[in-house]
Amino acid sequence: MSARRIAVISAGLSEPSSTRQLADALARASAAELARGGEHAAIEVIELRHIAPDILNGLLTGTHAEPLVHALRVVEEADAVIAVTPIFSTSYSGLFKMFVDLIDRDALTGVPVILGATAGTPRHSLAIDYAMRPLFSYLHADVVPTGVFAATADWGGQGTDAEGLPGRIARAAGELAGRLTGTAPRTRAPRPEAAPTASAAPAAAPLGGASSRAFDGGFVPLGDLLPH
Amino acid sequence: MQFGIFSVGDVTTDPTTGKTPTEHERIQAILAIASKAEEVGLDVFATGEHHNPPFVPSSPTTMLGFLAAQTNRILLSTSTTLITTNDPVKIAEDFAMLQHISGGRVDLMMGRGNTGPVYPWFGKDIRDGISLAIENYALLHRLWREDFVDWEGKFRTPLQGFQSTPRPLDGIAPFVWHGSIRSPQIAEQAAYYGDGFFHNNIFWPQEHTAQMINLYRERYEHYGHGPAAHAIVGVGGQVFMRKNSQAAKDEFRPYFNNAPVYGHGPSMEEFTAQTPLTVGSPQEVIDRYAAQQELYGDYQRQLFLMDHAGLPLKTVLEQLDLLGEEVVPVLRREFAAKRAPGVPDAPTHASMLARTGAVSQAIAPQNDPTYDTGFGVTGIAPGAATLDSLDVEAGR
Repeated sequence: MSARRIAVISAGLSEPSSTRQLADALARASAAELARGGEHAAIEVIELRHIAPDILNGLLTGTHAEPLVHALRVVEEADAVIAVTPIFSTSYSGLFKMFVDLIDRDALTGVPVILGATAGTPRHSLAIDYAMRPLFSYLHADVVPTGVFAATADWGGQGTDAEGLPGRIARAAGELAGRLTGTAPRTRAPRPEAAPTASAAPAAAPLGGASSRAFDGGFVPLGDLLPH
Repeated sequence: MQFGIFSVGDVTTDPTTGKTPTEHERIQAILAIASKAEEVGLDVFATGEHHNPPFVPSSPTTMLGFLAAQTNRILLSTSTTLITTNDPVKIAEDFAMLQHISGGRVDLMMGRGNTGPVYPWFGKDIRDGISLAIENYALLHRLWREDFVDWEGKFRTPLQGFQSTPRPLDGIAPFVWHGSIRSPQIAEQAAYYGDGFFHNNIFWPQEHTAQMINLYRERYEHYGHGPAAHAIVGVGGQVFMRKNSQAAKDEFRPYFNNAPVYGHGPSMEEFTAQTPLTVGSPQEVIDRYAAQQELYGDYQRQLFLMDHAGLPLKTVLEQLDLLGEEVVPVLRREFAAKRAPGVPDAPTHASMLARTGAVSQAIAPQNDPTYDTGFGVTGIAPGAATLDSLDVEAGR
């Protein structure tokens, strides 16, 4: 079976960042869980810091620099997503949200997602559930029950028991792998706007391969839209 | 191949002087720019339609009607005419009127408008944008081609035996382009009718533009209007030139950095790499735009955005001199040399009239009975309506 593509979105600001550290840990654990089931993982990390100006320009002007196009394509073609952000002022970072705003609205429908967050204090730990989870619910993602929050203190925490950070990472990874195992690798779904008729089929061909955000839906043969 | 300019009509402060033109100054500047476009040998002037400041051109046929009187040769067009929020009955009448006034020097480009709040000002809803474009154009298309129209649709009151007036000049509807940046449905619409398709690519990478154009070409052929390579395609462009390339960059940079829409975003270098914006010498502009033929196939119309972002009138007129004298003549030669045999030009009133074999009444008014509907209506299509078939409605 071909490798399961996992897109890892990391919105950390410094390099290295604890956000990236958590993202990598979740990716490694997910790959390990998949390997236990005999499957390979192909992991691609999107470090938002590297494409931050492109993200901003994309929102301001609609221009899509090649690195941004690539990042969006990685997300839109992934079998699963690991999304990790620092928590600032009680919510995901602005950079994280700006990137999510550029993802095609239908791209994550039904896609398994692990949510992760980092912060300086454990008092932000519910931000995953009141801020990140609704965002991904809106995108119709299949978010796993365990969100992984890592405060500064967690990184010095104890062992692999279920209450510690490594335990939470393993549990989330297990949930993600469970959703992928036994399912077929993702193929690009037809755009919902296109008519489900055979006559609409030619629409798909000339637009293939591009970031779907570049196109406002497919099309319906005009004869079907005009009054007879 | 037609070369021209299209104006958004923004009132923007000149960032180098802090001066902002009044609406009146800006409107007068647009008129001067359009006349200049004819003077330097361009083929098309197109105005945008906007209903929200800082844009001034809310009434395109008023402006184009004046320009019809001021000019002799240039084709007057729009970029775009809002097919969503304008009543198609009024579009049919305004542009047929403009045809008669200008002697057929008019075509128009349909667009949906992307400013949500504008829709309710005209009693519409942006969520219906595509549906409005489809239905309204279907009506407009009939109003120019059928003398009496019965109509019932979703978005406007029904029509019973309605005749828009005046009838199109010589019974020939103005040629229509459909403008769309990212809606395949509009490319499909243009192809269905065998109309032109215009991609305003000025914010988009060329690969994206090529995909939209190819979709239109493929569907044009599908609907039997001719081979894909003969479909009628137009694209936008944006340039700033000085003889010296670095001088162009230095002069344009403050305008770029503060421009509405893309200012305060990507650097000028990033933007020029990702979009057709070219800032440099006339030769650099020639090289960049001549290469577009390879990406988009043989196309029929190239419009440039020249007057925006607070550029003063004097500068814009200098730009048009460079465009008309140094760039367009070379591009004409290069495009013509590479053009495949058999690729048609964009239809004009004169070319469409020639195909009917009729004589224009605009040039030679005559008492040809084939034009006589019995109502003294002029300009109706030959044979489109006869006295006999109209007896009942006319109550004679």
